[in-house]
Amino acid sequence: MVLLLAVVPYVLYVTGNTFWLDIFTRLVILAIAACGLNLILGLGGLVSFGHAAYIGIGAYAVGIPVYHETYGGMDAIASYNGFVHLGLALLCCAIFAFITGVISLRTRGVNFIMITMAFGQMMFYAIVSIETYGGDDGLTIDLRSELPFINLDSPLSLYGLCYISLLVVVFLTYRIRNSRFGITLQGAKSNEERMNAIGVNCYKYQLTAFVMSGVICGYAGFLLGNFTTFISPEMMDWTRSGEIMFMVILGGAAMLWGPVIGAVLFIVLEFVLSEYTVYWHLPFGLMLIFAVLFLRDGVTGAIHGLSSSGARHQS
Amino acid sequence: METSILFIQLLNGLQLGILLFLLSAGLTLTFGIMDFVNLAHGALYMLGAFFCATLTLYTGSFLLAVILAIPLTALAGFILEKLVVQHLYQRDHLDHVLATFGLILCIDTIVHSIWGPEGIAIPLPEFLNSQVELLPGIVFPTFRLLIIAIGLAAAAGLYVMVNHTRVGMLIRAGASNRTMVGALGIDISTLFSGVFALGAALAGLAGMLIAPITEASIGMGSDIIITTFVVIIIGGVGSMKGAFLAALLIGLIDTFGRSFLDDLFKLIMSGEAAETAAPAVSAMLIYILMAVILAFRPQGLFPPLTR
Repeated sequence: MVLLLAVVPYVLYVTGNTFWLDIFTRLVILAIAACGLNLILGLGGLVSFGHAAYIGIGAYAVGIPVYHETYGGMDAIASYNGFVHLGLALLCCAIFAFITGVISLRTRGVNFIMITMAFGQMMFYAIVSIETYGGDDGLTIDLRSELPFINLDSPLSLYGLCYISLLVVVFLTYRIRNSRFGITLQGAKSNEERMNAIGVNCYKYQLTAFVMSGVICGYAGFLLGNFTTFISPEMMDWTRSGEIMFMVILGGAAMLWGPVIGAVLFIVLEFVLSEYTVYWHLPFGLMLIFAVLFLRDGVTGAIHGLSSSGARHQS
Repeated sequence: METSILFIQLLNGLQLGILLFLLSAGLTLTFGIMDFVNLAHGALYMLGAFFCATLTLYTGSFLLAVILAIPLTALAGFILEKLVVQHLYQRDHLDHVLATFGLILCIDTIVHSIWGPEGIAIPLPEFLNSQVELLPGIVFPTFRLLIIAIGLAAAAGLYVMVNHTRVGMLIRAGASNRTMVGALGIDISTLFSGVFALGAALAGLAGMLIAPITEASIGMGSDIIITTFVVIIIGGVGSMKGAFLAALLIGLIDTFGRSFLDDLFKLIMSGEAAETAAPAVSAMLIYILMAVILAFRPQGLFPPLTR
């Protein structure tokens, strides 16, 4: 699949199917966000329902400096420079994740779900109410971030950047899973009391993971802003958070490639179903309900289950 | 600041708080008794509004429509419980959240395909669509007063039902020890369905009451559900008393924030800065309040004693 994601879009672009390249770009960006969420959801077992907010912050970290550079005002952040945008996106996400994490991680279970959701929605309403940046109507990004060596205006190099970023993020999560940090996190997921009893401060680890996960989603937002060049508060609505979560769960939480597979499935489903009917959310929702009721470990888990039971039959 | 405006905003805040209570009461019931997180609660609120809109159109009377739409929404809740929710009680909260998120997508789409993408306005009868003079110089819409009255009546009814009837006794018993109630020969599954339907009816009632003011629209459920969550988090998840007080608190703070914050900001900063900052801060006000309260009391203001 790694190879598929590398070669197919290139071929499609060269053969003139720019529309398909767009779909692939969106897929890869969503996959990055899903990997970010998986860090806290899959490894940490903490169900955060507000991750769309970080994507939104990342995207507005591109939109707002560009807006000010073009129309004046707020000289401190006004810039076309991609590094400024990126730095701003990651920094803001880290701060927001830290503040909300400090508060929400003191709670567990259903409270945690609802609190992360509420904080996510807080960002949504904040952006909606700031009319300078378009409020409800959204903001058009006039110029993409300027980076050395890479011209983001070329769809192919934008895709290349996203693709390489995805590989880096997956590699990063792979390293984290097997590090002492990741093991501790998974330990806290399976039995927090016991971890605390052997002298590990789970809260610190979970907060770090929460911030990291927010920062990765912010990076995805930075890419998304550069990709769509139009951003609106709608992208940080809580139903978007639900969709990212859907990808992680459908693909199989806690599995390395789960979120990526989930993102692929999400895009494919969305594309195929919306071809047939405008009411494509209906089969989508039904599928989600069925997945929850009958597929416990996501699609990846189901395939694993099938192949392992097949192997057992052969032996 | 004029006292009359203050008084009117107080009533407006009260009315919003009452609506939020009707919504959070259902959530509190389902959470307290079945330990079930229902994201689709907002969808039931929306269904109530749409049922009421259609029935008003057919019967020509808003009041009759409300009376008919309440059992209809309860029935919708009952069916949902039997079809999907029932199978989720033994699962963890993540599964609840995902499955009910799926339900939202389904219900929203079904509503979209039946009623279309546009919102539907509900015409009020003459005697409700008027204003009353409460005190000299203070006029307030009759219908909003009616919302407050109905909401308070519902709250009182709920209180009496939970604390002084046999059904209420079962509900409280179910909340503290489900297994034991089942062992004593009570049909737990029917009790759960009934409670879920009751919650649906309350949410639907809230939708019917707000629809003549805002109109019934598809996004209405997803918007209000988060505010409802804020209410029950602040009140302490699972506590009915907490939900009631927190709903009034949130209703008042949200309303006052939206109407007076810019004046307040103008006292301490330039007019232009206040114009930009005030809407943003007032939109975030209830969430900031939630954050502050949680920082000191992670379990909310009135956490239920047993769990």
